[in-house]
Amino acid sequence: MSDKNWPLWEVFIRTRNGLAHRHVGSVHAVDATMALHAARDTYTRRGEGLSVWVVPSNAITASDPADKDMMFEPTATKIYRHPTFYEIPDDVGHM
Amino acid sequence: MTDTPLFQYTLRLADTALILGHRLSEWVGYSPVIEEDLAFGNMGLDLIGQARALYTYAGEIEGKGRDEDALAYLRDVASYRNLLIVEQPNGDFTATMVRQFLYAAFAFPYFERLARGKDATLAAIAAKAVKEMAYHQRHAAEWTIRLGDGTEESHARAQGSLDELWPYTGEMFEVDAVERALIDAGVAVDPMGVRDTWEKTIGDVLAEATLTRPRDGTMQSGGRSGRHGEHLGHILADLQYMQRAYPGAAW
Repeated sequence: MSDKNWPLWEVFIRTRNGLAHRHVGSVHAVDATMALHAARDTYTRRGEGLSVWVVPSNAITASDPADKDMMFEPTATKIYRHPTFYEIPDDVGHM
Repeated sequence: MTDTPLFQYTLRLADTALILGHRLSEWVGYSPVIEEDLAFGNMGLDLIGQARALYTYAGEIEGKGRDEDALAYLRDVASYRNLLIVEQPNGDFTATMVRQFLYAAFAFPYFERLARGKDATLAAIAAKAVKEMAYHQRHAAEWTIRLGDGTEESHARAQGSLDELWPYTGEMFEVDAVERALIDAGVAVDPMGVRDTWEKTIGDVLAEATLTRPRDGTMQSGGRSGRHGEHLGHILADLQYMQRAYPGAAW
């Protein structure tokens, strides 16, 4: 048996209620059900998870690293988009 | 001598869990893929965890000062009370998965019932184990389906493993005098009470796996009374070496 033909799956785990699923790594598995098992066995061994998602890696459309100037550079000069110019009243608490 | 039925019964459950846990641990580092290496390790640790809790309780029942280590490491083959199916060699990946499926499909409903039994400690241990065995059943069943309904070779291997292991399934449902009294007292589980559930699980999965349920012929028996095959001695030699060579050695 070889894993070279097994599809790759990206694994996302939600650790607590209210938090978002976070990418933790990937597994090889023959199909979605087994990918879920593999993700559970590989990434939740220390009580990390309440919920697991697996997504076929080839279903993810990624940005091209060569485009990073075009994609991300223009935001660098727009510091006014950060909400750091406002004073938050104490009554508001954590935002 | 405090060799009571409750001690014997607890020891049987513990030995079965330990030996199967040890068998699964033998895969660590050798599995075909790292994901299944971890799966075997996880399942093995579930079983060894069950064994530890059961041995500790058995030692308390016995009241002679034996702890989990004394019971696991310092008894010989003839004193072991595990089911014969769990001491069978791992064989290939398929054989280990089929064995895991046959056992987990039994242990899952069995522990569900034990968790409602009258012995509070056994019930608590079973309540934890039932969740573990539910996953073992699901994981091993999914593999059995994929191997059975896979390639010509995987199908042949799965059917071969099933045929070879089948004669060891009868022992799971045996009841002797030791257990009868505990069953009547509501402490032990009557394995015949989970037979229908086991048959249905096995039937459903084998059908989906396009595997043929072997016919019930002569069943192997003897683990519960300490009559084991040649394999258990080799397991214990491996398992007990450190404590035998360096008595009392600790981390």
